[in-house]
Amino acid sequence: MLTKRIIPCLDVKDGRTVKGVRFEGLRDAGDPVALAARYAREGADELVFLDITATNQKRATLVALVRDVARELDIPFTVGGGIGTVSDVEALLMNGADKVSINSAALARPELIDELAARFGSQCIVVAADARYHDADGWQIYTRAGTHNTGRDAVQWCREAAERGAGEILLTSMSNDGTKDGFALDITGAVSRAVTIPVVASGGAGSKQDFTNVFQQAHADAGLAASIFHFGEIGIRELKEHLRQDGIAVRL
Amino acid sequence: MEIAIIDYKGGNVQSLLFALERLGVQATLTADHDVIRRADKVLFPGEGEAASAMRELRAQGLHELLPTLTQPFLGICLGMQLLGRHTQEGGGTELLGILPFDVVRFPATPEYKVPHMGWNNLQALRGPLFEGLSAEDYVYFVHSYYAPVGEYTIAEAAYPAPFSAAVQHENFYAVQFHTEKSGPVGTRILENFLKM
Repeated sequence: MLTKRIIPCLDVKDGRTVKGVRFEGLRDAGDPVALAARYAREGADELVFLDITATNQKRATLVALVRDVARELDIPFTVGGGIGTVSDVEALLMNGADKVSINSAALARPELIDELAARFGSQCIVVAADARYHDADGWQIYTRAGTHNTGRDAVQWCREAAERGAGEILLTSMSNDGTKDGFALDITGAVSRAVTIPVVASGGAGSKQDFTNVFQQAHADAGLAASIFHFGEIGIRELKEHLRQDGIAVRL
Repeated sequence: MEIAIIDYKGGNVQSLLFALERLGVQATLTADHDVIRRADKVLFPGEGEAASAMRELRAQGLHELLPTLTQPFLGICLGMQLLGRHTQEGGGTELLGILPFDVVRFPATPEYKVPHMGWNNLQALRGPLFEGLSAEDYVYFVHSYYAPVGEYTIAEAAYPAPFSAAVQHENFYAVQFHTEKSGPVGTRILENFLKM
C-alpha cells in the first residue's frame, strides 16, 4: 500500500542550513549533509532543501550542495528556491536531485512548467504554491518569498500547474506557517480534490495530530514541516507510530 | 568486476553512480557496444519519456545489442518498462521486446493520484534479487505507467490493483522502483544483484 510521506524541510543559505537546528549529538548542525543523513536514518521519506542564497554564486553553491547530498543520501530529495530556467533545473537533476521545485518563475511564465515537464518528465517537476487567506478574496497565490500577491486563486493556479505537466504540488499556507496551529485543511483539501497529482501540505504543523488531520481530512499525500523536526519537538519515528495507530499507512 | 551503466541520455544516473560508490563499486557510464558486451553486470536506469528514450537507443544501435546480452542485467524504472513490447506512452511506442508485457497508464482518480509517487511495499517476492526481504519492506516509486502482473513478475506492488514491481526473463531482471533511492532495502537489492 502506498504510504503517506513525512518530509522535513531544510532552509539552506550559501551551502549551510539556517534556522538554528538544535540536535543533540550532531556535531555540525549547519551541515546539510549531516542533517539530511540523520533524518534519513530516523525514517524521513523524503527531504526538501529550500535555498535562500541571494548571491551571484547561488547556482554553483546549490549544485555543489546537491552533489554532496546525493553522494550520501539514499532517499529522494527535492531542491527549490529561486530556480528559474531550464538550465538551472538540468544542472540540479544531473547532479543528483530527484525533483526540482519552481515557484515565482512558474507564475511569471507558466509555460516554463510545460517546457520542464516535456524535457525532464513530470515526475521531477514540483510546483511550489504559497497561498494566503483573505476574507474578501479567499486563498490567493503569493510569489517572491511571500512578498507579492499575484491576485491568482490558489485552487485555479494549482489546477493549471497540474494541467501544464507538474508532477506534484507543494502547497504552503502562509496564513498557517509558523503558527503551529495545524495545516490549512480547507485549502489543502480543495487543492487535493482539484488535481490528480500528489499534494504535499506545508505550513502550520505543531503536533502529531496535525499530520493525522491533514491526511484524513484534507487527503494530502505528504506532510512537510521544518522547525518541529529541527528543534526535536516531534521525532519522525514517534510521529509515524502515532499515524499508524490512527490507521494511516506509513513506512516504519 | 566490470559494471556498465547504459548511457542513452535517460535522465539522472548520478544517484545510481553514487549508490554504487557507497557499495565500494566502480561503474562505467557507456554506450560503447564492446564495453557493454564485456561487462560482468549491466545496469539500465531511466527516467523521463519512453518514446525519446527509444529514439536514443535506436540511434546508438542499442536496441539490437541489449536483447543479445547474456550477463546479469538490471533495468530500473523506465529501464524496466523499455524491456516490454509496447507502451501507451508517447501516443503508443514500440519497445525492446525482451519481456512479453505491454505498458499502460494508471487511471488517475482523486484517491489514487498519478504519478504513483512514494514508498510502497513489495509483495509476492521471488528469486535471488529479493533475498533477505519481505512484504514488510518498502521501496520508492515514481511512475505514471506500469507493467501488468504476468508469469514474468517476481515482485508485485498494489496501486490499488497489483502491478509488476519487478520482472525477470533469464538474465534480464528489472525493477519499477528506484533501488538507489530506497534506503537500506534498495541497497540490499543492488547488493543482491551484484552478487549474481
